[in-house]
Amino acid sequence: MKRKWNWPIWVGFLVAVGGLFSYEYFVQFPITRDFPWANLLLFGLGALLLLIGLFRAFGRSQLYRGNVFGSIFLVISLSLFAFFAYEIFYVLKQVPLSGQAPRIGEKAPDFSLPDQNGKQVTLADLLSPNGAVLIFYRGFW
Amino acid sequence: MRSFQHRLSDLESRGIQVVAISVDTPDINRRQRQKLGYTYTFLSDPKAEVIRRYDVLHPGAGPKGADIARPAEFLIDSSGTIRWVNLTENIAVRARPEQVLKAFEEAQRPASQ
Repeated sequence: MKRKWNWPIWVGFLVAVGGLFSYEYFVQFPITRDFPWANLLLFGLGALLLLIGLFRAFGRSQLYRGNVFGSIFLVISLSLFAFFAYEIFYVLKQVPLSGQAPRIGEKAPDFSLPDQNGKQVTLADLLSPNGAVLIFYRGFW
Repeated sequence: MRSFQHRLSDLESRGIQVVAISVDTPDINRRQRQKLGYTYTFLSDPKAEVIRRYDVLHPGAGPKGADIARPAEFLIDSSGTIRWVNLTENIAVRARPEQVLKAFEEAQRPASQ
């Protein structure tokens, strides 16, 4: 008897892979970047489908295929999730303390730096009429 | 930084200038600014001198172990005094323009006795 295609294994794997690679997309929006719930949801959905597929593959192996592929996909998906979790919940939180950063009420340290056209700009140039917000960022390189 | 571009008119209408600072060169800043459609000022601090002065250096966090800035935001009033600071504990979590606008409004109010 020809065994049936076990679709939840394949779809679950694709969804789990999507959980990792969609980070590039979701990171654009503060609501999905501050906490990556959209990615975690995809990982969860992928795991659920993979498990359904594996239960079918092993529980009713005369009827469904995928006990080998399903196991491989599960291991790959778990590795991707482990990598994602490490990056999100560990690497992203390795930020210096900045204990000597100027505090509220203190004078902002003066500076003169070139802008995008190479023109020198001082802090004083930026403060009129009502001040400025300085955004320090990691850079695009 | 995208969200600051979206709310730029609200900030500028209050007379607040928006300025981004990183170790990127003016060339990269000009290109990225154009590509991403940002219209506020980008300043270049390749030696991270000002970044160090504000103690927002993230040593070795850049490509090939270069020193770069950690994400941080400062609101400075017209007299040069710091009015609000945001030092995130998570690189992915950045200040939103709404926080800056709120801090600005609060600084405008006369100090309560």
